[in-house]
Amino acid sequence: MSDEILNGVLLDDDCMLTLAELSRACAMHAEWVMELVDEGILEPRGTGIARWQFSAPELHRARTVLHLQRDLGVNLSGAALALELLDEIQDLRQQLHRFKSRC
Amino acid sequence: MEFEDYYEVMGVKRDATQDEIKRAYRKLARKYHPDVSKEADAEEKFKRLGEAYEVLKDPEKRAAYDQLGKNWKAGQDFNPPPDWDAGFEFSGGGFTGGGGDSQAYSDFFESLFGQRSGGFTGAGASQRGFHMRGQDHHAKVLIDLEDAYQGATRNITLQVPEVDPSGHVITKQRTLKVRIPKGVKQGQQIRLAGQGAPGMGQGGSGDLYLEIEFKPHPFYRVEGRDVYLELPVAPWEAALGGKVKVPTPAGVLDLRIPPDSGSGKKMRLKGKGIPGRQPGDFYVQLKIVLPPAASDKAKVLYEKMKQELPFNPRAALGV
Repeated sequence: MSDEILNGVLLDDDCMLTLAELSRACAMHAEWVMELVDEGILEPRGTGIARWQFSAPELHRARTVLHLQRDLGVNLSGAALALELLDEIQDLRQQLHRFKSRC
Repeated sequence: MEFEDYYEVMGVKRDATQDEIKRAYRKLARKYHPDVSKEADAEEKFKRLGEAYEVLKDPEKRAAYDQLGKNWKAGQDFNPPPDWDAGFEFSGGGFTGGGGDSQAYSDFFESLFGQRSGGFTGAGASQRGFHMRGQDHHAKVLIDLEDAYQGATRNITLQVPEVDPSGHVITKQRTLKVRIPKGVKQGQQIRLAGQGAPGMGQGGSGDLYLEIEFKPHPFYRVEGRDVYLELPVAPWEAALGGKVKVPTPAGVLDLRIPPDSGSGKKMRLKGKGIPGRQPGDFYVQLKIVLPPAASDKAKVLYEKMKQELPFNPRAALGV
């Protein structure tokens, strides 16, 4: 192991990824990412595919869809539904946590 | 090496039909999928499940596994008998796991069925002038909340598949030292350019994405950049007000409590959450803790309060 300390780029709130970067990070074709946009799972900023910009949390969403498709055999609309339900569960968990700490 | 009971992992009987095995897999995969499950060791369970299914879904592999005998118990020390697989044909490859994430099978699995075969060998490809950028890799890194306040350096160990000279894929461990910048949030990612899989020919290496995850903290709770703490106070501190000490991930602070503060009162220490261009806030919620009436002295004091303080805590309930 080398002693060199690696400095990465933090993908923070205003860091955006291009269509090429997002596809590469998922090891999928751009067409697959475009399907996710059509399904409303990803909402890139910018007009026209060449100018699409994706946020860092969207990379996370895309990869979750990828895992659901690959591991569970879920189709795209099923994955979109699962994502929405997962978001909702997370919100509810946080609310529950807040509520519990108040009692 | 320990024996793995794949039937036990999948929760099916040894004489289960292929359909039953498939159904059991689907059901458990949904339960333990790391993106869906909240179970603590979901990732590990999902991996073992995938491995068990890899063997049991394939009649050929299953038959070979079955002939090892029924007397093995999970966890028993195990070495495959010589020529155990004579007469069966499963020459590596064809594993469903696939995809971008390189996950290693257990030693037990690999001793029986060999290792995952690679997509293509590096040598042959580059001779034909083939260039391809290496794959991006993804990993999670667990940090303490304090690390988000101060920044930190973490060693990260990755399982990296490599192609050996004979064209087989072997899994190697690689350790990296990575700086975690100050001000990271839960779920944020760090991109390390060129630290993913090596490319083919003149294609560059892929990138490595690290996802930040906070270890659960015994008393702080984090939401985005805001940090929450329930602060125990004595009844007289809440009633009379005064300065109390508050722990924060950035060190101990003094907090002035206003007189007549009730239990559950929330106070905000602006900008004392996780640092950043817009730093988070630190929220304190008071929790009044009663001294136990264990000693005679304490009992006398409570008795005195009872007699001298006209107080009905249930006045609002009308009783």
